[in-house]
Amino acid sequence: MISKKEVEHVAKLARLGLTGKEIEKMQKELTLILNYFDLLKEVDVSQVSPTSHSILLENVDREDIFKEESPETVNKMLAGAPAKEKGHIKVKGVLG
Amino acid sequence: MVKGFTISDIHQGLKEKKFSAQELAQNYFKKINSLDEKLGAFLEIAQNEALSQAKRVDESISQGKKVSLLAGVPMAIKDNILVKDIKCTAASKILEGYQAPFEATSVKKLRKEGAVFLGKTNLDEFGMGASTENSAFKKTCNPHDPTRVPGGSSGGSAVAVAADECCCALGSDTGGSVRQPAAFCGVVGLKPTYGAVSRYGLIAFASSLDQIGPIAKTIEDAEIVFNAIKGKDPKDSTSVEVPKIKNLKGPYGVSSRAVKIENLRIGIPKEYFGEGIEPGVEKIIKETIKKVEKQGAKIEEISLPHTKYAIACYYIICTSEASANLARYDGIRYGLSKDEEGKSDLLDVYLETREEGFGPEVKRRIMLGTYALSAGYYEAYYLKAQKVRTLIKQDFEKAFQKVDVIFTPVSPFTAFKIGEKIEDPLAMYLSDVFTASVNLAGLPALSLPCSKLGKLPVGLQIIGKPFRESEIFEVGRFIEKIV
Repeated sequence: MISKKEVEHVAKLARLGLTGKEIEKMQKELTLILNYFDLLKEVDVSQVSPTSHSILLENVDREDIFKEESPETVNKMLAGAPAKEKGHIKVKGVLG
Repeated sequence: MVKGFTISDIHQGLKEKKFSAQELAQNYFKKINSLDEKLGAFLEIAQNEALSQAKRVDESISQGKKVSLLAGVPMAIKDNILVKDIKCTAASKILEGYQAPFEATSVKKLRKEGAVFLGKTNLDEFGMGASTENSAFKKTCNPHDPTRVPGGSSGGSAVAVAADECCCALGSDTGGSVRQPAAFCGVVGLKPTYGAVSRYGLIAFASSLDQIGPIAKTIEDAEIVFNAIKGKDPKDSTSVEVPKIKNLKGPYGVSSRAVKIENLRIGIPKEYFGEGIEPGVEKIIKETIKKVEKQGAKIEEISLPHTKYAIACYYIICTSEASANLARYDGIRYGLSKDEEGKSDLLDVYLETREEGFGPEVKRRIMLGTYALSAGYYEAYYLKAQKVRTLIKQDFEKAFQKVDVIFTPVSPFTAFKIGEKIEDPLAMYLSDVFTASVNLAGLPALSLPCSKLGKLPVGLQIIGKPFRESEIFEVGRFIEKIV
């Protein structure tokens, strides 16, 4: 079974708050599912390259052109943010 | 078998002025009002917007303009696809009250054709589930038996079509989320080839697997909707122009033949039958295959040897991608926010917003995906799964050297009881056993109702070669006639 500490570590990486009860439940459920994933251990992939996308094989580039959006769209995009100032989204201090 | 109007019924009716688009929409709203309290297909009704869309269609018709097949057709849209200025929640509390500031390309294309959007349908939160029980807002019932699930994650769309609360609908399919609910509700559902339909405006779950697809009452309707939404979109770099069949090259072979049932080679993968499948479902699928064989099609047993690894492979990849995609819900730009006065730490805003906003299944998948991508585990899980994905894809490439289409059941069982699997996440994951490989390989596949077991529908899955949706529809149309 994966440890409580491991669950807490992964939750921190995922920026996910979990209650004590959730951590306990997560320990059991993740262990069960990860054990199931172990099924893949029996597949020999030593000669196989990975697939990230099924169909598209080439990278797609485009010109780096700035497209101005209408103020209406900009306002709509901003409307959902909890804190704003002068047309910008306000965030709590990131450093110190 | 078909309940209510098809697209061509509506087109004829409008042309012959038997009813107006507004009357039709009103009629559907009446139906939703009387049925949906029990069924729970819709999360949001857009009556005013729909009626003004319908009014524009009526104006065009009264001016004698030629209108497209989809003009005035009442549709429902899964609530993880953005319809401009309408609420969009992905059935998650983290997006409660979020208003779509722009429109999904697929919806934009349908709007251009004159389709009328009645509302947004329920789903498993962010598309994560196989029963629609993971919605943060409401339960959706199977119209064939209200004690059972409609399937998922596009459960609301499948129910809305099956109960004729709309003519047709859009869903999205990451590991079976269009096909399985279509099968459980007895309607037609298509998962297009990866890249055939733009994902712009689809709330991302697992970007290398997600596709938007139609849910409809008939093959013809599914084909009309698919043709309207397909095509390359500059706003989705993974979208492509669906090539003409004669131009198709690559590992799937170049030959293209008009689909004649007597020429058709149908592959039956032995791994999809036997252990784990409900005997009644197996019997119905095998009887359907017999019927097609009687018409002259060649039935060939094939092997897709890596099938047993598909679910493990799929859940490692989709949870990994989901953990990255869902990082955007941070309480800063939109959706739920615990950014409150007096709180000084940004990390606390993240932790609390996500703790409160996400439901249990979404949290589980974020945790699994983060684990699979984390230092020390990346190679054992994520990279390994990507390599197994290659093998699964190659299984199909090999099989399609010998056959034109592959037939399988959509699901190993019919609709299960509400509550039956919700406390057992692994059992719920295994519901995708016949559908997830198709997403891993990027192939198109159709779910077609073929019979019922008791009162519950059973669906046949027709898997095709990439970008050969038109062939799948041809085959489906043929089977639709004989079942």
